[in-house]
Amino acid sequence: MAKDSYNLGQVEMKTSGGGRRGGMNAAEKPKSFANAWSMVLKYSRKQLPMIILGISCAIISVILTLFGPDTLKQITNLISSGMKTGSMDLNLIVTLTIRLGVIYLFSAVIIYVESYTMTTYSARLTQQMRNDISRKLNKIPLSRTDSSSFGDLLSRVTNDVDTLNLALDRTIAEMVAAVITFVGCAVMMLITDYRLALTALLFAALGFVAMRYIIKYSQPFFTNRSKFLGMLNGHIEEMYAGHIIVRGFNGEDESEEVFSAINEKLYETNWKSQFLSGLMMPIMELVSNRGYVAVCVYGAYLVARGEIEFGVVIAFIVYVKMFTMPLTQVAEGTTSLQTAAAAAERIFQLFREPEMEDESDKIQHIDNVEKADVVFDHVNFGYTPEKTVINDFNFTVYPGHHVAIVGPTGAGKTTLVNLLMRFYELNSGSISIGGVKTSDMSRECVHSQFCMVLQDTWLFNGTVRDNLAFGKEHVSDEEIINACKSVGIHHYIMSLPQGYDTVLNDDSNMSVGQRQLMTIARAMITNAPLLILDEATSSVDTRTEQMVQNAMNKLTEGRTSFTIAHRLSTIRDADIILVMKDGDIVETGNHRELLEANGFYAELWNSQFTEGAAI
Amino acid sequence: MIRVFRHMTGKHVYYMLGLIIFIAAQVVMELTVPDYMSDITKLVNTSGSMEDIWACGKMMILFSVLAFVSSIISKYYSSRLAASFSQHLRSKIFHRVEAFSMEEIDRFSTASLITRSTNDCTQIQNVISRGLNQLIRVPIMAGYALFKISTRYWQWLVFTAAAVSVLFVLLIFLIIYAHPRFRKMQRYTDNLNQVTRENMTGMRVIRAYNAENYEQNKFRKANDELTDNALKARRAMGLMQPATRFINNEMNVGIYCIGAFMIASAGSAEQLEIFSEMVVFSTYAARIVRAFMGLNMIFNMIPRASVSAERINAILDTEPSITDGQLTREKGEKGTLRFENVSFTYPGAGSEALSNISFTAEKGQTVAFIGATGSGKSTLTNLVMRFFDATQGRVLVDGTDVRDYTQQALREKIGFAPQQAVLFTGTVRSNVSYAAEDVEEKVRDAVRIAQAEEFVSHMDGEINAPIARGGANVSGGQKQRLSIARAIYREPEFYIFDDTFSALDYKTDRILRAALKKETAGVTTLIVAQRIGTIRDADKIIVLDEGKIVGEGTHSELMKNCEIYREIARTQLSQEELG
Repeated sequence: MAKDSYNLGQVEMKTSGGGRRGGMNAAEKPKSFANAWSMVLKYSRKQLPMIILGISCAIISVILTLFGPDTLKQITNLISSGMKTGSMDLNLIVTLTIRLGVIYLFSAVIIYVESYTMTTYSARLTQQMRNDISRKLNKIPLSRTDSSSFGDLLSRVTNDVDTLNLALDRTIAEMVAAVITFVGCAVMMLITDYRLALTALLFAALGFVAMRYIIKYSQPFFTNRSKFLGMLNGHIEEMYAGHIIVRGFNGEDESEEVFSAINEKLYETNWKSQFLSGLMMPIMELVSNRGYVAVCVYGAYLVARGEIEFGVVIAFIVYVKMFTMPLTQVAEGTTSLQTAAAAAERIFQLFREPEMEDESDKIQHIDNVEKADVVFDHVNFGYTPEKTVINDFNFTVYPGHHVAIVGPTGAGKTTLVNLLMRFYELNSGSISIGGVKTSDMSRECVHSQFCMVLQDTWLFNGTVRDNLAFGKEHVSDEEIINACKSVGIHHYIMSLPQGYDTVLNDDSNMSVGQRQLMTIARAMITNAPLLILDEATSSVDTRTEQMVQNAMNKLTEGRTSFTIAHRLSTIRDADIILVMKDGDIVETGNHRELLEANGFYAELWNSQFTEGAAI
Repeated sequence: MIRVFRHMTGKHVYYMLGLIIFIAAQVVMELTVPDYMSDITKLVNTSGSMEDIWACGKMMILFSVLAFVSSIISKYYSSRLAASFSQHLRSKIFHRVEAFSMEEIDRFSTASLITRSTNDCTQIQNVISRGLNQLIRVPIMAGYALFKISTRYWQWLVFTAAAVSVLFVLLIFLIIYAHPRFRKMQRYTDNLNQVTRENMTGMRVIRAYNAENYEQNKFRKANDELTDNALKARRAMGLMQPATRFINNEMNVGIYCIGAFMIASAGSAEQLEIFSEMVVFSTYAARIVRAFMGLNMIFNMIPRASVSAERINAILDTEPSITDGQLTREKGEKGTLRFENVSFTYPGAGSEALSNISFTAEKGQTVAFIGATGSGKSTLTNLVMRFFDATQGRVLVDGTDVRDYTQQALREKIGFAPQQAVLFTGTVRSNVSYAAEDVEEKVRDAVRIAQAEEFVSHMDGEINAPIARGGANVSGGQKQRLSIARAIYREPEFYIFDDTFSALDYKTDRILRAALKKETAGVTTLIVAQRIGTIRDADKIIVLDEGKIVGEGTHSELMKNCEIYREIARTQLSQEELG
């Protein structure tokens, strides 16, 4: 029984770690239970000896424990008969006690070996799994990771690993032990005395039926509980996030009404589901007690008739206790194994995602990119096979030229970035740098030709220095400081508590402008010959904006650049403008030419800019 | 931890009492059963009659059923208590947060408030449903079992005490060594998840910089940290089960072995007494060990639950800094707004966000605010809305200090559209008529004036079209227009547009403002803007810089005499226009 409180403690711990559902919650059904587990087994073939060791230990320990009641029986009989005859064989009793003590000790050691092995196995396996997921993440093409379904999959998989971890750590060995205990007890009881055994088994069967019934009956309450909890959390999130509107429009009463209604429903399902799952223990205990009583009374009757010795009754009392525990464990274990199988399926689904092809045999390095043309040759591209958005695009960018990409929101300006960087593959045609097709280069090689500054100023949890020298090895402090001085953020960084070693996290109060300067400095440190620049639309104050502008100008100097442009000056000064609309490039030319052509660009320009302000 | 239970009401105390009574009853019943076993043992060994044995058996059944019933009732009380108290707590928190001003919201941060209202409440619920049961049960069980076995036979007691102290040492070890590691695991898990999240959000940058290995190494490090810690904690925790089993079993045989010696040395009259007591003693001793193990769980739960409790207390102990005044309507004049020497400092900030601001907006006027980020434009509108209170000076709406109104009355007068448009789950209609009486005609008007008619008419269901959570199914500009429609719907005395127009394209911006002017004439309008185009025809433009007014006048006046305004204009307007 002590084992049980231990288990509850474990479950509780895991709940906070990975959001595991409690033992009795509605189990997710895997597509194929056997398939999922065979995949897990295949995945852990290196650790197979460990699994075998763990499971063998579980079996051995159970078998050892089964001897206990039998020895107890002998001791009792010795005492009992000693009382009658007046001479007790104390020596034998001590011998038996010591022998049993040793067996128990050995069994305890074996159980610990089992738990140690399985814990180690499951922890190492999940560690490996997580590493594989992380590795996988960087090998899946962006066309897949950009889709929202992938984001969902990934966030679920994170929890799934924890779920699987728990099942491997405890459930498997527990289930094995439970089944062996159950069978072993039954066998030992039958051997000892079949009449008492059948009595005990009858009560166990009753308990099992009752338990299945409760589990089945309580499922809907658990499902509803999750539903209402989700609804309530959703409402809370929405109201807190929109606090300003709730207060500003006097919506407090309405919001609280909704809240109370859901909260009340949650309360109802909450207590009911808890109550029902709480019934498990008492029912099992009742069954166990009934079995106990039945064994006592019936045993006593048999003893009185001289058919069995009293020691048998004592042994049965212990058997009955041992016997009912596994029932609960098997019931809970099945649920947990099912949930884990569903989790495993999702994990392996992620592992099966197609990866980008290996490119180690492609061109790894090209030279003189500063003086190279970038040529788009009959480029065709579409995000989906049905719809090409770029049709037969031909275009040459000369060294040092500045290309501005303009168009209304949603016109697909980032498509060109995706293609240049080979984030997405072309349907047909080619883009070449200095005569070498990007498809003949490795992706790393393509990437290293570009400095890239995106609007989304991505900084990660780490020091300022790590953020700046991102992904590049052997960057001297001097290079970093020079870049920062040149974009004008050095002074700000020095004002941070630890200067360049300050750790940036969610709390760091870096303004949008400063973040932009950081990413520009990062690009500057990379010092690649080509530049991709996504000008920020977000409004920063005039002074910072001036700094950002200057920094961007510096970055553009001497580099062939592709700019998604929002600024008048950038557009007007560009050597060539690509005008995009609905995903396609509709016009090309410089500012003057395009205005004269009086096409879409002219329309765009007139509606957006001549009114007075840039967007 | 205890302090959070102050929020219990009579109902909860009642559930609690019920829980204690029935747990106690259950323990007593449960521990009575073995007594009859002792009697049976005696009867069997003295060849008592079958009727006597059966009578004992019946009593055993009776008590085990009673124990069962008590246990069921105690479960009933505990689940009611846990669910009801968490419901109560949640609603108290929610109510309090709804009353918070922006100051408190900023102090806690929205994300943290959400966690506190959801996860932390669930933690408390868990600790009640699992921990409280144990907490009540353990002392009763241990105490009563101890009472039952405190016989003359001290040998057994000493033996049991020895066994229990071994467990106690183990328990202490786990509390010191393993439990803190389990708590640390949470932090490591968060860290690992953050790295994964970063990897997802920064995927383009990571690939562009060929930094895949860098990221993977970072991940590996976080992963190793987590795994090593988890292994240490779990391996230690793994001791628990074998140790308990071992001690439990060993105690059982030990008691029998000791019993054998006691019986051997006792007189024949006493022998049977000892023998029957022995059988019962081992049952009780097992209960004590088991009760003891319940402590492990409690010690494991309490630290985490008390963190949750503290976080909940922090909310419930925070009084909203903005309280209602008395007035429910204005005294006389309507549509006027005046700032009198208003200064404002954000809590904890060193310098003033607004210094000595004075201006007047007459009924029907449009007053615009422009300036760099951090110049205090939005702060200023927050003072009108009373999301914050001025640190010095007065804000007068309709000639009355905003602090004299009830918050509801004040906000009734204002149609407000914030910088970040907020839409709620529902329909276009429920969003536009938010927190007001729903009149279809009015919704249509508001949607039309806000220039949202066109895209709404294309939505499935038009004004009854569903809006997803956070307005995920409409674009930024569309969201902004619906947010404006909501302000229009109220037919307020004032509009406050806090940088509402910058998400709109220039054309829509212009048409919308024209429509507003035409259809809702007489409404005093405050506009915070980034674009000069949006505000150039305002009746009055106020230029803010670092919380001070540095220019006030019309567009053409400011172009002549305000350097900062000219600087802003220069970055935005084309040369031709600057002339």
